[in-house]
Amino acid sequence: ADAGRSRFAARPRVSRAGGVAVEAERLVSSVWVLLARSRSMGSRCGRVCWKWGSPLRRLTGFSRLLSTAVLAPQICVVGSGPAGFYTAQHLLKHHRLARVDIYEKLPVPFGLVRFGVAPDHPEVKNVINTFTQTAHSDRCSYYGNITIGKDVTVKELQRAYHAVVLSYGAEDNRILGIPGENLSGVYSARAFVGWYNGLPENRDLKPDLSSETAVVLGQGNVALDVARVLLSPLDILGKTDITEGSLAAIACSKIKRVWLVGRRGPLQVAFTIKELREMINLPGTRPLLDPADFTGLGDVVKDVPRPRKRLTELMVKSALEKPGEKEASRWAAATKEWGLKFQRSPLEVLPAADGKQARGIRMAVTRLEGSGESARAVPTGEVEELECGLILSSIGYRSLPLDSLIPFDPKLGIIPNSLGRVQGTPGLYCSGWVKRGPTGVIITTMNDSFDTAQSVLEDLQSGVLDLSNTKEGFKSVRSILHSRGVHPVTFSDWETIDAAEVARGKLAGKPREKIVDPQEMLQLISH
Amino acid sequence: MSSKLFGFKSTVSHPLPIHRLQVQHSSADRVTVHFINRDGERLTAMAKEGESLLEVVVNQNLGIDGFGACEGTLACSTCHLIFEEDVFQKLDAITDEELDMLDLAYGLTDTSRLGCQVCVKKVMDGLTVQVPMEVADMRRGLEVGKQSK
Repeated sequence: ADAGRSRFAARPRVSRAGGVAVEAERLVSSVWVLLARSRSMGSRCGRVCWKWGSPLRRLTGFSRLLSTAVLAPQICVVGSGPAGFYTAQHLLKHHRLARVDIYEKLPVPFGLVRFGVAPDHPEVKNVINTFTQTAHSDRCSYYGNITIGKDVTVKELQRAYHAVVLSYGAEDNRILGIPGENLSGVYSARAFVGWYNGLPENRDLKPDLSSETAVVLGQGNVALDVARVLLSPLDILGKTDITEGSLAAIACSKIKRVWLVGRRGPLQVAFTIKELREMINLPGTRPLLDPADFTGLGDVVKDVPRPRKRLTELMVKSALEKPGEKEASRWAAATKEWGLKFQRSPLEVLPAADGKQARGIRMAVTRLEGSGESARAVPTGEVEELECGLILSSIGYRSLPLDSLIPFDPKLGIIPNSLGRVQGTPGLYCSGWVKRGPTGVIITTMNDSFDTAQSVLEDLQSGVLDLSNTKEGFKSVRSILHSRGVHPVTFSDWETIDAAEVARGKLAGKPREKIVDPQEMLQLISH
Repeated sequence: MSSKLFGFKSTVSHPLPIHRLQVQHSSADRVTVHFINRDGERLTAMAKEGESLLEVVVNQNLGIDGFGACEGTLACSTCHLIFEEDVFQKLDAITDEELDMLDLAYGLTDTSRLGCQVCVKKVMDGLTVQVPMEVADMRRGLEVGKQSK
């Protein structure tokens, strides 16, 4: 079985002739080669070839016109997050004629880079610079404020474009499926992150931060993010692009303790070392790590791959070793704390006396069957309760089907595909979380998007995507949108919104003050 | 004028643009670095001493896909490069912060470093580094989805 596939193994390089890349139909491409070679021959051979030269030169000019007008692939990408932009970038770089239009539901672009990456991780957002460069390319256009599936259907997009790439990510979250999940005080980490990052649909979340203890279910990087935002010193948070509203709410928060609870053990934590190190060093806080959870673990990981080894060793060190003088005094002075609880699986959210608020969580104590990444948590029969007034479930994002006509696997939460080609639907592709599942960091999505773009490029070269079939691209979509009263937001419009946010942020000592109301955004650009 | 975009010089003869001449005269503080791209292509650059390898790739506009996403701030692993053993041993010591990000890189080897953290030195003249192959295991992504259900 083919266990792994390199994007660059056995992929035919795009043919080049005389310095001009030709990805069009084989017939025209071979004629082009002939013309190009004859042309250079003509210029070098001078008088001897002048009879050859002129009619060929005329043909060359005509052929060039033909190639640009007819053979420029029209491609559209649905979603303007990292997957959408990296797919577009790769297509534009490796095809000299392709036009790529990027559609986005919100007025503003960038998806999780804007709405998911934590406010105190601004370096991760540097990718916005390369995305902006892509959007400025003369063969690329951004169209925001357009909901695919509502304002225009995928079928209509397929009629307008040679290829449609679905990169719309995962807008929902997995649910716990336990009693009490809908009590006040219980939220998905996804909604909480959306709230502090200014995602319009979560701006009215009003999370209850009035209790002392918060429980986060899940031990991934998102769990660490929400714990860190809940416990960070306000002067640090206040200099980030966290929204004004959420900062004010966090300033009034009574939360002093955050538990990150996982079903399995320390060897199965999903967060990564940089984020863990950040948490251990968070000013004003101390870690609560039970030595019993970590005894002997150092030996167990001696021979495992370096990433898991170093991550475990850092946890072991923090739990078992005596802290240095500086660290010891910091921990002693700390007013807030965070900890890891292992082998606890949520059973029920317990209601307060009024029956409406969460007051605690009942959990099953588990044991592990198997080891390493594939270990499974099995209930032991024992049960434990933890008192808390805020519960954030951080157990994974989830994609939703966009359109009933697009294949979708509800169990896996992805669009069934092979190397980004949607199963049974030629001309339809997917990239990012909706293709692979909602895990991974930006580099994971970047590689994945390049892979999908390669599939599109291959199909253009082989003729699977028939370029002799002229497509109108945005021209036809524009008239559809106009007839439905939908006004696209251009990239230049986004830059107006961007400038306004940065200007407002400057007044508050922040990189930007995000506008959270889409109506306000549209008013700003006079829509 | 040479067509840098396609990696070869045209046969038409024109006088070299001014900046090219200047580079020729100050080649003394230039270090030759070779990058072997993912498709096996060798990209050669004349780097300035003290430049990081990421800066070399960016400043010379080398055609390496997706290199340096976080722009040298140790927030990604896309500038991951593989060195030859003897050169690797002579590089400046690696920090915990670099190791933390390198741990997430695809195709990690014992002689891997992040390009944004390695600065060009005169002794590296003629250095060859390999851009790692990005192996995308499609099944692994799906298996993760299955397991977590």
